[in-house]
Amino acid sequence: MSVQVDSGCAAPAQEATPDDFDTRGQVVIAGTVTAGGQPLPNAYVRLLNADGEFAGEVQASEQGEFRFYAAAGKWTVRALHAEGTGEAAVETDAPKLYRVSVSV
Amino acid sequence: MSREDVLVSTAWAEENLDTPGIVFVEVDEDTSAYDKGHIRNAVKIDWKNELQDPVRRDFVDKAGFEKLLSEKGIANDDTVVLYGGNNNWFAAYAYWYFKLYGHEKLKLLDGGRKKWELEGRELVTEVPQRPQTSYVAKEQDLSLRAFRDEVVEAINQKNIVDVRSPDEFAGKLLAPAHLPQESAQRPGHVPSAVNVPWAKAANEDGTFKSNEELKQIYTEAGLDLNKPTIAYCRIGERSSHTWFALHELLGLQDVKNYDGSWTEYGSLVGVPIETGANS
Repeated sequence: MSVQVDSGCAAPAQEATPDDFDTRGQVVIAGTVTAGGQPLPNAYVRLLNADGEFAGEVQASEQGEFRFYAAAGKWTVRALHAEGTGEAAVETDAPKLYRVSVSV
Repeated sequence: MSREDVLVSTAWAEENLDTPGIVFVEVDEDTSAYDKGHIRNAVKIDWKNELQDPVRRDFVDKAGFEKLLSEKGIANDDTVVLYGGNNNWFAAYAYWYFKLYGHEKLKLLDGGRKKWELEGRELVTEVPQRPQTSYVAKEQDLSLRAFRDEVVEAINQKNIVDVRSPDEFAGKLLAPAHLPQESAQRPGHVPSAVNVPWAKAANEDGTFKSNEELKQIYTEAGLDLNKPTIAYCRIGERSSHTWFALHELLGLQDVKNYDGSWTEYGSLVGVPIETGANS
């Protein structure tokens, strides 16, 4: 299956990523943004590569969930919210689901 | 043209929500964000369903644009302030698109929806009712829009700026990292293109970098700011963001956006393609 090539580049609505999520052979980085141990809704979540360069951004769901499709490497997930910012590192290798939580 | 003529701050916007003659327009590919909450008095434009032809891959025609703006209650002499999500990609695209059809008073909200939200400013769900207008558009100003043959001719002749992420440029990814990667076209970039990801032009909060910073970024990337420039990405919205930085903020004269972008170029039979990182 392929995505329509004329569809846009906007980040899709974010949702939970279950443990049995079908990554379709891709590196998937998924997780939750929290504040004080509770999910923080609607934070802006940025994926930065090993050089700190911007790779992508989504807006987390009402439950703080986010998901990126990446490649093997070292990544930083950085969350921005009116309440503050936070970040977490994640290292990926073979295609599968990688979990990361970001606390703001 | 100065920066203040084309870019407004969130503070300025908040002070002008009720100013007659100023229309705020939220533009996005997915308009569910608008439906959940938007800047008070802002009307919405759906990038996909309202700005694209429903059958052919092209824009709505002049008559279609006139009908759209008339129904939205936007008049020819209104100042239109555009903003949206995704760091203003689709708002910048709409800015360029309104410019193509000759709208004169246009501004972009610096930082877009993200900065507005990060500052905790008010969002409402009430949809404004604006009386219908009789909008009259001009013929498309094609000095702002590049087509595929022009891009092939520009190889090694003009500046070609590929504003996608380094991995898309190199051919490792076919789409941004928030999207699944399956796609029809070949990966890579237009030969002689330099890779200056759109995000280089933006601060973390979505605002544009200063003109001095922008000039330095593009010059260091190897762009000759005196030469004509074509910008492209995957479908032409991220490159609208860079077109805005080069044409509207830095004031370069000859800058075109190639809205066909990689989804067209990477599917063409026989055109040259390069892979690998920025040289």
